[in-house]
Amino acid sequence: MLYALVLLPLVGALCAWIVPDNRLRPITLPAVATVHLALTALLLVNTPPPSPGGWIWLDPLGKVVLLCISLLFTVCAFYAVGYLSYRQERSNRVLCMGLLVCLSAMGLVTMTQHLGLLWVALETTTVSMAPLIYFNRNARSIEATWKYLLLCSVGIGLALLGLLFLAYSTYVAHRDATLLLGPLMLSARELNPGWLHAAAIFLLVGYGSKMGLAPLHAWKPDAYGEAPGLVGALLAGGLVNCAFLSILRVYQICLASGSELAFFQDALVGMGLISMAFAAVFMAHQADFKRMLAYSSVEHVGILAIGLGLGKGALYGALFHLLNNGLTKGVLFLSSGNIHRSYGNKTTDVVKGALTRLPWSGGLFLAGFIAITGSPPFSPFISEYTIVSSAFIEGRHPVGWLFLLFLVIVFIGMALTVLPMVMGAPPADLEPSAYEDRLLTVGPPLFMMAIILWLGIWPPAFLVSLLTEGAAMLGVQP
Amino acid sequence: MSSFADQLLVLVMLINLIMLGTSRLMFSIRAVAVQGVILGVLPGLIHPFSGHLAGITAGIILAKGVAIPYFIGGAVRKAQIRREVEPFVGYVPTLLLGAIFTALAFVFAERLPLAPEHKDLLFVPASIATLLCGFLILTTRRKAISQVIGYLVMENGIFVFGLLLTEAMPVMVEAGALLDLLVGIFVMGIVINHISREFSSIDTSRLRALKEE
Repeated sequence: MLYALVLLPLVGALCAWIVPDNRLRPITLPAVATVHLALTALLLVNTPPPSPGGWIWLDPLGKVVLLCISLLFTVCAFYAVGYLSYRQERSNRVLCMGLLVCLSAMGLVTMTQHLGLLWVALETTTVSMAPLIYFNRNARSIEATWKYLLLCSVGIGLALLGLLFLAYSTYVAHRDATLLLGPLMLSARELNPGWLHAAAIFLLVGYGSKMGLAPLHAWKPDAYGEAPGLVGALLAGGLVNCAFLSILRVYQICLASGSELAFFQDALVGMGLISMAFAAVFMAHQADFKRMLAYSSVEHVGILAIGLGLGKGALYGALFHLLNNGLTKGVLFLSSGNIHRSYGNKTTDVVKGALTRLPWSGGLFLAGFIAITGSPPFSPFISEYTIVSSAFIEGRHPVGWLFLLFLVIVFIGMALTVLPMVMGAPPADLEPSAYEDRLLTVGPPLFMMAIILWLGIWPPAFLVSLLTEGAAMLGVQP
Repeated sequence: MSSFADQLLVLVMLINLIMLGTSRLMFSIRAVAVQGVILGVLPGLIHPFSGHLAGITAGIILAKGVAIPYFIGGAVRKAQIRREVEPFVGYVPTLLLGAIFTALAFVFAERLPLAPEHKDLLFVPASIATLLCGFLILTTRRKAISQVIGYLVMENGIFVFGLLLTEAMPVMVEAGALLDLLVGIFVMGIVINHISREFSSIDTSRLRALKEE
């Protein structure tokens, strides 16, 4: 059944390739996504044991990421049908195929226990997303695609070198090189510390640049700014989480080695704080609201890194935040895509009074903003609160205070862009647009917003136990 | 056989320097193809023969020696660009830097805790030197194609290190990595075509619309 999760989207991609009609083709997306979500739900309840070689196993960490990806993709798939009906001027074949291939690769990322295979799947997500950023076919989007492709490829290349170092450290230790997570963790204490240290650095830099941690985030504002909203949602909620899962795997090995953990945690906290600081600085006076969302994503990968770096109680918060950030970013990107469609512009010079012009999309964008900045009653509040309170409990006061300071600055910076956008009256000279809020473009993000609210008020028991299991995998030395 | 392997690795490092010194793009592409073929031959020289090894050799030569040069060569022909003009840093300074990096790679490799049977081989210094030269090409050249070549040289450097572990890496992972590289270069080639159509040039310094005001 796990293999079906990888194969099904590939079959879907093949169908999308065959279907000749531009209007019918996007329907493959929700069709595949619904089955994918159903399979995911089955697998979460009824998890198969590890495969004989130990390559494939859906562990609790993988489950959290898979749940987030599957849910987000399903929502985006339904949205895509609505969105693409406004974009009939160009073929959506590459878009549909790219999305499905990427879904397949993301599924593989969540379930593999072999770090080499994980790398291959992650690189596949990078390459399959590149043509989608270029969907709009203009000079700006080609520039964004080029930066994304080159920087991410180089980053992932460095991660490959890190993996080779890791394999070499096992080779030096016992002449039997392996990249399987289980054996690696069992023998982690005997690994050559020099090579392990080098491996940890290269893997952090490589996967960190894919995740968009500052100062390796240069591609992010451009790619998120120029990609269609729904691609942005999957970049910010899907690819980021896959890269974070890869960092979690490295963290597991550092944890098992004992000696390497302190360094890795400090590096994560450092990069996390730098990311939040970068986001706080660049968020202010950001006229382009999609770029603003990209900086918000930089901020939130920083929060994830800090949560992981702090360890202990913050681990639960980090895993929960992974889910919350992914879903909330989905709401923000999808509704911003609607606003962009309606105004034909994505700067705050033109976009004003979205609540009047597009009550649903404007309202969702505002609600998403309130949620992502960590205001109750939405779920990001709970995860951020868990992380920051754990910082203070562990006596990491400077980290806790800086975290709060950056959150406040980001809130103000983001509010200065978002509030003028949604409030007030739309510009009088604005031409009416073909876009209007309809069920398929508003329903999916609204559904996701409801989930965020639900998770914030009453997190279901199965999710809490899943997150606790995941945090235990990261918190206890085997 | 390992002395022959060392000679080939010296050749790999020489090719790095040649690429740093030349402005002709087709020449660079051929040089990177030769490097790829050498990379394909090397595992056969240091590991005993097996079906797995033959597969890897064939895969690397086909991907790095034939397919990738073909993709990039196609992009060069379509964009009708022959030379790299005005790199951000001149040829002589980058060549000197490349030589310095190569020397430093040897010094650095001496200090690494290598397995005893790898101590006398040139794999590690050649790998680091190639990686650094690739970075140098990637960061100092203007043309999109030169940047792709730099990326390829960097990947070659990583592969040289991987050759030490050829027997340990499962075929599926190696094949996947090669396939990803291949598709990645293919997509980059397409993007280059679009850049040249959009800007009438593949000069990446023209890609500067996206920045913070």
